[in-house]
Amino acid sequence: MKLLFHIGRYLLLVKETFSRPERLSLYLKRTVEEMDLLGVKSLGIVALLSVFMGAVITIQTSANIDSAWIPAYVVGFTTRQSAILEFSPTIISLILAGKVGSNIAAEIGSMRVKEQIDALDIMGVNSAGYLILPKIVASMVMNPFLVMISMFLSIFGGWAAGVGTGIVNSVDFIQGIQYDFDPYTVTYALIKTVVFAFIIATVAAYQGYYTRGGTREVGISSTKAVVYSNVVILIANYALTQMLLI
Amino acid sequence: MIEVQGLSKSFGDLQVLSDISAVFKKGRVNQIIGMSGSGKSVLAKCIVGLHKPDEGRVLYEGQSFHEMNEKERRNIRQEIGMLFQGSALFDSLTVLQNVMFPLSMFSDMPKGEMEERAHSCLERVNILDKDDLFPAQISGGMQKRVGIARAIAMNPKYLFCDEPNSGLDPQTSILIDELIKEITDEFGTTTIVITHDMNSVMGIGENIIFIHETRKWWQGTRDELLNSDNAELNEFVFAGSLMRYAKKAMISDDPTGPA
Repeated sequence: MKLLFHIGRYLLLVKETFSRPERLSLYLKRTVEEMDLLGVKSLGIVALLSVFMGAVITIQTSANIDSAWIPAYVVGFTTRQSAILEFSPTIISLILAGKVGSNIAAEIGSMRVKEQIDALDIMGVNSAGYLILPKIVASMVMNPFLVMISMFLSIFGGWAAGVGTGIVNSVDFIQGIQYDFDPYTVTYALIKTVVFAFIIATVAAYQGYYTRGGTREVGISSTKAVVYSNVVILIANYALTQMLLI
Repeated sequence: MIEVQGLSKSFGDLQVLSDISAVFKKGRVNQIIGMSGSGKSVLAKCIVGLHKPDEGRVLYEGQSFHEMNEKERRNIRQEIGMLFQGSALFDSLTVLQNVMFPLSMFSDMPKGEMEERAHSCLERVNILDKDDLFPAQISGGMQKRVGIARAIAMNPKYLFCDEPNSGLDPQTSILIDELIKEITDEFGTTTIVITHDMNSVMGIGENIIFIHETRKWWQGTRDELLNSDNAELNEFVFAGSLMRYAKKAMISDDPTGPA
């Protein structure tokens, strides 16, 4: 029953979020600010993770190939497929759920406990729309860029680790990343990313918006935002993979 | 004028307000007093529509707020200015941007005109040269004054102040009270102040409502309060020896105090 209550309230909040903005120009301004805060400022962590993720995929793939019949380019091929299909869209989204999700829940939760959301409501501002919509739009626009950068850096990290440690030579690795490339895999990854971005922004905003109490509860909302958005992302990942790949 | 008719509100099993009826007059400082946790803030939040009452109605100029459609409610809300207990200024906006916020959201003024209006509101509350500071960079008293400036930016018909003196020193409290009274007189607003500060009640209270044990226990003017024999009211208002002394002095009309 409690789960149904939360799902119902979440859907109502999302509906309220998408109602007509009072002043479009202010919403656009806020969206650009959020794109910087949620997207551009996440670039560092995304880049760092991606490079090391790619490097580890390369080393592990190579370490697990012990047959001479398997060609050397398979290391590059596996790194590319793993990065594009799963690691970049899903792992980066899970990381962003931690960084961006907790940020959204904490910001909106603090505004709730400091009565700033009440102040917006009393002024006649649609507080859900004003606070949440720019974050949803910013996440859905910026996350695909972050994931594309992640794909590139993962493969680069794999190449650097492979060539640097002598596991695979540059020619074989590049042959692997070009081998049997299907552009649809990138489309699939970007569709997943956009859905995950929506989940991160809305689940975190929901947790923040309905925070009651004080600073302790803001902390709890932040934690819940990360945990629940991770769970929903994993479920959605399974559903989307089933729908889009099979 | 705002009228509350038979308003009741509970949270789960906890009854907070029972059958409250009251009239808040235009151009007056109406005060709601009561002990901490007596439901004063809940009553105010029901009046401004942040809580939906379980029973009863809130009438703005005779129109029931909770029976209005969303658009009509938004229109009423744009006529409400509210000063919150913690000021509720937006942390990410500067002092000037906070005051300009309702104007930028709802008025069609050009930016220059909005700035001019915001400056005049800030001047009205004696905040000068603080435009670019953020709320965290100014004192609690200043935050309250900026809160008042934001509340009056749209020329509200209704002004709500939730414990405007809490956490302030006595001098700043008096300043805030005087400001609320001046604004009420100047703009003819229907002002509702939620407070348990008895200095404020004695200073600016014109129509006082005492909430006790979830009910409206007493209502009257400041003079009526001084002469009331309502035991619970007297126990609350004149709990401190200073207030008892002040009461005697005010009744005896002797500025030097009772003999």
